[in-house]
Amino acid sequence: MKQCLVVDDSRVIRKVARRILEDMEFSCSEAEDGAQALNECRKAMPDAILLDWNMPVMNGIDFLRALRLEDGGDQPVVVFCTTENDMGHITEALRAGANEYIMKPFDSDILGAKFTEAGLI
Amino acid sequence: MNKANFDFLADMLLKKSGHVLAPEKGYLLDSRLGPIARKEGAASVDELITTMRSRNDERLNWAVTEAMTTNETFFFRDRTPFDLFKSEVIPHLVENRKPGVKARIWCAAASAGQEPYSLAMILREERSALRGMQMDILASDISGKVIEKAKAGIYSQFEVQRGLPVQLLVKYFQKQGDMWQIDPSLRQNINFKTFNLLESFRQLGSFDVVFCRNVLIYFDQKTKQDILNRIAERMPPDGFLFLGAAETVLGLSNAFEPIAGKRGLYRRTQIAQAKVA
Repeated sequence: MKQCLVVDDSRVIRKVARRILEDMEFSCSEAEDGAQALNECRKAMPDAILLDWNMPVMNGIDFLRALRLEDGGDQPVVVFCTTENDMGHITEALRAGANEYIMKPFDSDILGAKFTEAGLI
Repeated sequence: MNKANFDFLADMLLKKSGHVLAPEKGYLLDSRLGPIARKEGAASVDELITTMRSRNDERLNWAVTEAMTTNETFFFRDRTPFDLFKSEVIPHLVENRKPGVKARIWCAAASAGQEPYSLAMILREERSALRGMQMDILASDISGKVIEKAKAGIYSQFEVQRGLPVQLLVKYFQKQGDMWQIDPSLRQNINFKTFNLLESFRQLGSFDVVFCRNVLIYFDQKTKQDILNRIAERMPPDGFLFLGAAETVLGLSNAFEPIAGKRGLYRRTQIAQAKVA
């Protein structure tokens, strides 16, 4: 079973995403911000990371840049999932090493489609 | 809906578009026709149809037909056909067409344009594999409304997130307010046209590749056969046909045969060639 780390400061979003991902047969862990997520990744690199942008402590893009410098940090497939929906944010995410990008609001169709694009399904 | 109204609607739809309205598809009526009923001031879809029966207003009849035949689609739908287009069709055409001759693709049920634009993006991405070969795309649909949308090439955030890899979004789209518009240069080789598959294909010319996906399912057996045979007539002997994942030529037409191991891809048969020649 593939592991997915869900990183979002909203408990509701984490819950919704987790339910969809578990239906897609991922096993999920959660983090509330980038710093927590980095700790999780240092314990065990997940196969996939669903990543919010705006979070307290450490935001998504800073987390991603830090992750890609970690040992094995090039392995996880990172899918941004954020309300930031302009070209500037998307290109910045791709340059920082994101594999796919979801613009909120999302549903199971979009999540499924994007995880397929990213080669996770 | 009362039976007389349902029968009237089914009959009109069959005549205008060839689409068969099965009783079990009755659940579609409210979502598809509700907005028209409200616009026409009818209290319900049933009342709308009653009005249509008494008025015989062509504009209204067509609006209803259009609403019933418009179907949702997305970029790179089902993926496999587009992979096969890249791996099988392009190399074959590059190999077998004379230099300087344009190849032609027909998207026979192009809907809001996602299929022809997906092909246009592939042609752009695979430019070096084309070795200078030009390909033109005819994108047609029975609905003038969706063809207008296709021409505009403007899609919602929801539409650009289903099937379209983000790298292609960044490369080929521009954000416009809340919407996303496709790079106008991709439209250069696409000709958009409102066209009913019940009409003669002669005026359209001939095609090396035809995408006729997820539309035959709406027609009765005889119309399916007829459409497939008329597509074959518009093709050179080595023409390719793509059908939807739930569709087949088996038992319908001898003009095409499936290509083993290539799901959804068909080629013209010797039989068709003998007949057309």
